[in-house]
Amino acid sequence: MDFQLSDLYTLLPEIFLLIGVSGILLLDLFLSKEQRGVTYALTLIVLVVTSVLPWFFYDADPRVIMSGLVVSDALGAALKSTVCVLIAVGLVYSKNYLLSRGLHRGEYFSLTLFATLGMMVMISSNHFLSLYLGLELLSLSLYAMVALQRDSGRSSEAAIKYFVLGAIASGMLLYGMSMIYGATGHLNIEAIVSSILSGHSDSNLLRLGVVFVIVGIGFKLGAVPFHMWIPDVYQGSPTSVTLLIGTAPKVAAFAFVLRLLAEALGHPSLHQDWSQMLTVLAVASLIIGNVVAIAQTNFKRMLAYSTIAHMGFLLVGFMTGSISGYSASLFYVLTYVLMALGGFGVILLLSRDGFEAEELSDLRGLSQTNPWCAFLLMIILFSMAGIPPTVGFWSKLFVIQSIIDLGYVGLAVTAVMTSLIGAFYYLRVVKIMFFDANESSINTVKYSAGMAVFAVNGLLLLGLGLFPGWLLSLCESLIESSVRTF
Amino acid sequence: MLTHVIGSLSLIVWVPIFFGVAVLLVGRDGRERIARWMSLVGSILSALVVIPVWMQFDAMQSEFQFVEFIPWIETFNINYHLGIDGISLVLILLNALTTIFVVVAGWEVITKKVSHYFASFLILSGMINGVFCSLDAMLFYVFFEATLIPMFLIIGVWGGPNRVYAAIKFFLYTLAGSLLTLVALIYLYRITGGSFAISNFYAVSIPQSAQVLIFLALFAAFAVKIPMWPVHTWLPDAHVEAPTGGSVVLAAVMLKLGGYGFLRLSLPIVPDAARELAPFVIGLSLIAIVYIGFVALVQRDMKKLIAYSSISHMGFVTLGIFIFNVGGMQGAVIQMVSHGFISTALFLCVGVLYDRMHSREISDYGGVVNSMPMFAVLFLVFAMANAGLPGTSGFVGEFLVIMGAMASNFWFAFAAAMTLVLGAAYTLWMYKRVVFGECGSERVLGLKDVNAREFAMLFVLALIVIGMGVYPKPFTDVIDVSVATVLELASVIKN
Repeated sequence: MDFQLSDLYTLLPEIFLLIGVSGILLLDLFLSKEQRGVTYALTLIVLVVTSVLPWFFYDADPRVIMSGLVVSDALGAALKSTVCVLIAVGLVYSKNYLLSRGLHRGEYFSLTLFATLGMMVMISSNHFLSLYLGLELLSLSLYAMVALQRDSGRSSEAAIKYFVLGAIASGMLLYGMSMIYGATGHLNIEAIVSSILSGHSDSNLLRLGVVFVIVGIGFKLGAVPFHMWIPDVYQGSPTSVTLLIGTAPKVAAFAFVLRLLAEALGHPSLHQDWSQMLTVLAVASLIIGNVVAIAQTNFKRMLAYSTIAHMGFLLVGFMTGSISGYSASLFYVLTYVLMALGGFGVILLLSRDGFEAEELSDLRGLSQTNPWCAFLLMIILFSMAGIPPTVGFWSKLFVIQSIIDLGYVGLAVTAVMTSLIGAFYYLRVVKIMFFDANESSINTVKYSAGMAVFAVNGLLLLGLGLFPGWLLSLCESLIESSVRTF
Repeated sequence: MLTHVIGSLSLIVWVPIFFGVAVLLVGRDGRERIARWMSLVGSILSALVVIPVWMQFDAMQSEFQFVEFIPWIETFNINYHLGIDGISLVLILLNALTTIFVVVAGWEVITKKVSHYFASFLILSGMINGVFCSLDAMLFYVFFEATLIPMFLIIGVWGGPNRVYAAIKFFLYTLAGSLLTLVALIYLYRITGGSFAISNFYAVSIPQSAQVLIFLALFAAFAVKIPMWPVHTWLPDAHVEAPTGGSVVLAAVMLKLGGYGFLRLSLPIVPDAARELAPFVIGLSLIAIVYIGFVALVQRDMKKLIAYSSISHMGFVTLGIFIFNVGGMQGAVIQMVSHGFISTALFLCVGVLYDRMHSREISDYGGVVNSMPMFAVLFLVFAMANAGLPGTSGFVGEFLVIMGAMASNFWFAFAAAMTLVLGAAYTLWMYKRVVFGECGSERVLGLKDVNAREFAMLFVLALIVIGMGVYPKPFTDVIDVSVATVLELASVIKN
């Protein structure tokens, strides 16, 4: 594990991003308000380049570098690249929204990039320290971004709520990590694994540590009963920030959970414990998320509860502790973020000066004023509901398949039945768009770049629904090649 | 196994969908004319591609024919696997013809979002053909579920006043039924060692307790779809609120997905459970036949009456399937096809009246024969067929099922034969109140008789209904071997 200069190549994406964000931060100081477009363009360029870089510098077999802090593998490269693309697309969606809300500022872009950096550190970390560091970099950037609209009471409330609960979650996580450190004497994932395997670790302490780690993860993912912050933060934040919170960090969180649970604590004796805990979290999330979403009238809040339900599904796949389960979860999270991207994206597109299209009633009669937009949103909603031929069906199917393989038929029936409840509120949105009469003609979109991205986004969900095979085998090979299971 | 890349069955599935998408893209507002003509061309072409298949179909062969096989999702061994037997073929034919009628029926009537209306029907038609052609359970399921989306929109966008309630009820009811099927299919995938091929499901042996659960899971989907008493309540709502075309497709084709599911999946995959639970299903079917018949008798709304009559007739289908003999099953299939045409015709007749009067209440009519003699004659043919008059297609299926039931149990046959009385009662009484008697109002006197378009479609339907009643041999010939094969599979002991 000695340091080699060539190891730096592997970290080139992160290094490039850091240099980029520092440069942008400095440059922005010298730009006038009218020239802010330069910052925006540079941010996009940095993101695009960063999304390409990981493909050139990764190792097909996982390789630990930087004294065990970082692991370089195919999964990490793929997820880092995905995160950058998601953030970039999110920025394209947000352009007009940011301009009209006075958020089109240097801070916004540099915080976005810092959050991205945090996610990338999380994704490829091999050490509890770097894992935590990445998480905090992400979280702190997001806290600030939620609060960026200083004059909005709701934003401030959301920010404080997010910060306090996020801090508690981080505390729990750290506490859990410290117990694991106490039990094994290591923070490095590989060292922890070998310590557990050798049997010298204190299994009770280890187990207690796992409990706290799970609580921390539950908070970060927003699984019931640690979900309380999600609806308020989703609703209170500026929609562009909601989009940011609702998409890329889910991918990073997946990697985070994978590194922590599957790689560090995946020993069968521990897996037995955390899979039970995850099952409880998952079932509670599926039920609460789907049922409470029915009562929502605010689209953002509804999507927040739907996120909770989707995270439940993700955990269902995860609790199996099998390669097929992890692959199904990876497939799930990748397709889910695409849906969330479109779902929040459409709110951004429909919003205008002084008007947030975030109430469900704002979508009334969308099919008359903007049939194309309504059609695309319909695909997204059916995909979230898991109706074929959209990709949402396959992502649910693969998860269910992975748990039935292990004999959890009861859990599968629960998951399936809660998605029936879920179908109701997604259908209600379709109903509002297609069956209700339009009362005003405000639902027009003049922002063509955003519309184009939205079209690609929606059709991608349909296309992936018709040809899901390649993505699934990609997920499977990524998991197989990268995750060091027991 | 024969492997084509793209064959006749793919054409049958994708030509309507292709035209549907094309109509959607081309027919913007202000270009309704193009949308209409393109849909008509699309629906006729979709029917034409069925003809070569019908011609080349070898009715003596018990294997699936026109098989196509393309790997789709290799990780889970899910394949684009198509093939048909006689039962699929007659239902595909029914679907293809129904689509043409639907397009013609909506010609002038639909004025709102014309292209979307026709596109929905064309896409729906392709998906339904997909269900009838699938030999891979997951492909079957995908098509089966996907049909919900266009139908949901059809009811919700072009439906009546209470359309939202009806559309959501329709969607959730059928989704609830089919989700359990999904779990059952994945379970079957597991015990076959990783295959979704329906033929592998046939071959694998399953313990009895699992068979019962699988049967019930499949039953949940198909019983809701067909629909059987007591899970039929979505159907009257959906029918009443749907536009005429929607009602036609629902009654004529979508209900058949349930019957087809029983024949293709339930019986051959879990034969022991099917035999064990047959009395239960037969009981429900008899309740549907008799009780729903009485319910139909008291309806005041014509569409609702036909909807209940559909449920009662579908009771015949499930009865025919679950008495496990050739006559019964053949009768069930014939009944499905015949009911498809008759209900199409009846809903179109109601549509003709509704377009003129904007009412479906029986009491608003009376004496229609005075102003619409031509219509009265055609309507009579279909009313008689619905009542099961010999010489019409309605008779053939019912007769075969009753004969089959007689062979298995006299009282089944007795109860089933009740429907002939009840069916005649509710249909003819409705006919009498609508067509004969005193003129209900001034408006009835002023009604215009059917125009050329309406006459053409009703006349063709009348020809089909009578033709099938007088000479059903082409249909029975096609399904003969297939029915025997299904029965053979259903009599295997697998547990």
